[in-house]
Amino acid sequence: MGSIGVGKTVIRKEAWEKVTGQAKYTDDFISNHILTAQMVTSTYAHAKIQNIDISSASSLPGVKAVLTGEDYPVLFGQLIEDHPPLARDKVRYYGEPVALVVADSAFTAAKAAAMIHVLYEPLPVINSPLQAVDTNAPLVHEKMIMYQIVKEDIYPNYDTNICDQKKIRKGDAEKAFEQCDVIVEAAFHLPQSDHIAMETRSAQARIDASGTVYIKSASQSPFSIKKIISKIFHLDQSKVIVEVPFVGGGFGGKAPVQLEILAYIASAAVGGRAVRLTNSRENDIVSSPCRMGLEAKLKLGASKDGMLQSVQMKYLVDTGAYSDIGPTLTKAIIVDCTGPYKIDNVHCDAFCVYTNHPYVTSYRGFSHASSAFCIERMMDKLAQKLNMDPAELRYKNALCPGCTSPTQVKITSSNFGNLNSCILKLKEIINWSEGTRMKVEENIIRAKGMACLWKTSNSPTDAVSGVFLTFNPDGTINLNCGCVEYGPSMKTTAAQILSEKLKMDINHISVNMDVNTKYSPEHWKTVASMTTYMLGRAVLRAAEDVIRQLTSIAAVALHCPREDLEVAEEKVYVRHDPSLFLPFKELVHGYKFLNGNAVFGPILGQGSFIMNDLNILDQETGKGKSGPFWTVGAQAVEIEYNKKDYTYRFIKAATVIDAGRVLNPKMAEGLIKGGMCMGLGLGSRESFSYDEEARVLDTSLRTYKVMHFGETPEYLVSFIETPQIDAPYHARGIAEHGIIGIPAALGNALSLAAQAEFDELPLVPETIWRMKTGGIL
Amino acid sequence: MFCLKGKSLITINVNEEDYELLIRPSDILLDTLRNQLGLTGAKPGCNNGDCGTCTVLVNGWPVKSCLMLTAEAVGKKITTVEGLKAAPIQKAFIEQFAFQCGYCTSGFLMVCHALAGIHPDPPDIVIDEWLQSNICRCTSYEEIGTAIRTVLDGKIE
Repeated sequence: MGSIGVGKTVIRKEAWEKVTGQAKYTDDFISNHILTAQMVTSTYAHAKIQNIDISSASSLPGVKAVLTGEDYPVLFGQLIEDHPPLARDKVRYYGEPVALVVADSAFTAAKAAAMIHVLYEPLPVINSPLQAVDTNAPLVHEKMIMYQIVKEDIYPNYDTNICDQKKIRKGDAEKAFEQCDVIVEAAFHLPQSDHIAMETRSAQARIDASGTVYIKSASQSPFSIKKIISKIFHLDQSKVIVEVPFVGGGFGGKAPVQLEILAYIASAAVGGRAVRLTNSRENDIVSSPCRMGLEAKLKLGASKDGMLQSVQMKYLVDTGAYSDIGPTLTKAIIVDCTGPYKIDNVHCDAFCVYTNHPYVTSYRGFSHASSAFCIERMMDKLAQKLNMDPAELRYKNALCPGCTSPTQVKITSSNFGNLNSCILKLKEIINWSEGTRMKVEENIIRAKGMACLWKTSNSPTDAVSGVFLTFNPDGTINLNCGCVEYGPSMKTTAAQILSEKLKMDINHISVNMDVNTKYSPEHWKTVASMTTYMLGRAVLRAAEDVIRQLTSIAAVALHCPREDLEVAEEKVYVRHDPSLFLPFKELVHGYKFLNGNAVFGPILGQGSFIMNDLNILDQETGKGKSGPFWTVGAQAVEIEYNKKDYTYRFIKAATVIDAGRVLNPKMAEGLIKGGMCMGLGLGSRESFSYDEEARVLDTSLRTYKVMHFGETPEYLVSFIETPQIDAPYHARGIAEHGIIGIPAALGNALSLAAQAEFDELPLVPETIWRMKTGGIL
Repeated sequence: MFCLKGKSLITINVNEEDYELLIRPSDILLDTLRNQLGLTGAKPGCNNGDCGTCTVLVNGWPVKSCLMLTAEAVGKKITTVEGLKAAPIQKAFIEQFAFQCGYCTSGFLMVCHALAGIHPDPPDIVIDEWLQSNICRCTSYEEIGTAIRTVLDGKIE
């Protein structure tokens, strides 16, 4: 028996391919004649390139081409075009690609890459965002004023390292502080870290005799690749065809475009032959973009009853050597800067600054895991000063319908959900009332910390999605969409939504797992937890389109008015007499009368979607609407802290999310738990460390540690369902959210356990030891 | 012990079939499986033995194929994910949602499959130690733990 619709657990469509080794990822497409490219990367974080000697590498048998930055003097970037595909004149971060070898095998390519000699003249480095904003700081980009700015809401400060600034001015923060009974202040230091998708980034390119470019890539953004390559190399968009097979994890790291450009120039250099370029893990960590770093200073004030009155914030986003999506990450901070709390007086400045660190891009949570750490630590500090239960403080101040967000968007039950229900449910499942700090044995303290989260999206105001539906002669459906399957099961979600709308067995709906920009309708990018909303809306429209066509044909065939017809279980039937019906298979390729005459034709369904009421934020006040809805939630972490050796272990991690409606329960739970696991990694171990020359030291999985099996806590996940009226079957996006509050909840739990204020990440035992002892042995 | 000098013709047994291959002494098993045999189920994740996405079985024991020379596979039985024949762990992974992107899955399946064969009734600490060899970035690991336990408990057909 098949399954129909949303709200019940559905096995993902591609499940069997993924447990048999049949699912193909980009670098699994290997042919004998494909050439291999390898990058040579910078050994300095900031240095002039004096000379690149490629002579011995070029003459190695099997080497087809060696490219340097001089060969393609172009600049690219999704917001600011500041980025050469291969470094020119100078390198700006350790690991930056400076040359590209194309050879007949990986073996030869590696050999040749080792024979390329680059002569550098080291320059002073910017090794932190604070250094970047020093008055006498050296410039990472001396010619910023020459750069093309692609989006309208970027505000660079030329002749500095600030490539963008975003502001919130709401109420009068300064004046409101004068009325506050309690004020807390703190500074936060959050380092860069990395996505570590298990599949490293990979791209292939070839150019056919007509000049058409074919790119295959492990990407979340096939349509961006098409646009960016066509733009920088002056090609018609129809001449750039991008294909994306299964993707082995994204987490935002595969949303930008990088290797695709390198693969394209490599192919162009060898007459259009197919070239593959796959990152080593080391290159994937340092050469390709990572997760942003953040420095923050916050001041939060409340009246003595615990009502928040005013907040002042200054954020420095470490965007690294290039801007990529850094300005939008900066925007995302200010948009949700207060946390999901009602604060009428907000003064927030956020700067996106260049440094000589690896450049950054989107990462699960899109800056919210960082900004939530700051505001949620502040909430606990405030609760402590007020001598109030941190859960109560949050409950009292939770946003609710009638309030406005920092960007002055009106909060409704539909666009926000119900945070207080999440807080109450969280208290219940984590057993908050038993106490948050307990001594369990000599030197062992058990403690709980919590954090709330909210997140809206920051897409372009005209982001689009689309769906094509075709029928097979037996009545089964092919759903063709442009979103990429990299884990969260979005293709299965699309099938579920269609199945619900057509009341049809989901097993009779097949979805394209790969995306091809030539055949698939454009989907902006598979990011931002927006796929269910955007794609789902397009699916519903496409379903309505085929229902209209099916009933039009059936009305002729059944000699009845169209409005009397219903569609369900792959049939069109007369509502008042369901015994009168026609199965899909007699309608979907047109209708044939008994005498052989045929009418209509194959049913082709389509539905599209565009964001429709978003706008650019006001430069001075930040007023405006950046996303269609929020997803809110509350999270907690329980730990056992050992006072003697400053270690701790995870006992429980809990999340309550207002999902609007849970479409696929076991999948939804898995997404939240996966996010929590990643959040525990961020909180407890993941970070880049740099030497004095700004070189990243943690460049392999031997030294960059992520969570492993057996280190995880008991996971508790629960959902609240406050309908989002404009979402497909009321479902909010939930794919990123499991990560957002976890580092903060851990910070709060550990601060309580160790009775010290932890305002930096990651919280390794050494950090605790240093805080507790002053670093004196 | 046998010795390879320069490119050599060898025979290795993979998924119960013999393959005659021309290899370099420095070739690693992972690359040979993928590039010469087209068995791309084993994935490169770090080429450093840290992540386990490339795990295959060598005489029934899990081995990171990025850390093994192809030459070392001579005379041994190699099993890749493509060689699993409706193993209970495959169904368990599906039912327990023990993967999302699927990239680490082949490696985890091989470790779990070997564990179930070698330690039919392991204490938790043994499961932890075995599965710590691999990294999954999508799930919380709990799903993978539940999947292996359902197999060990005989709850899968």
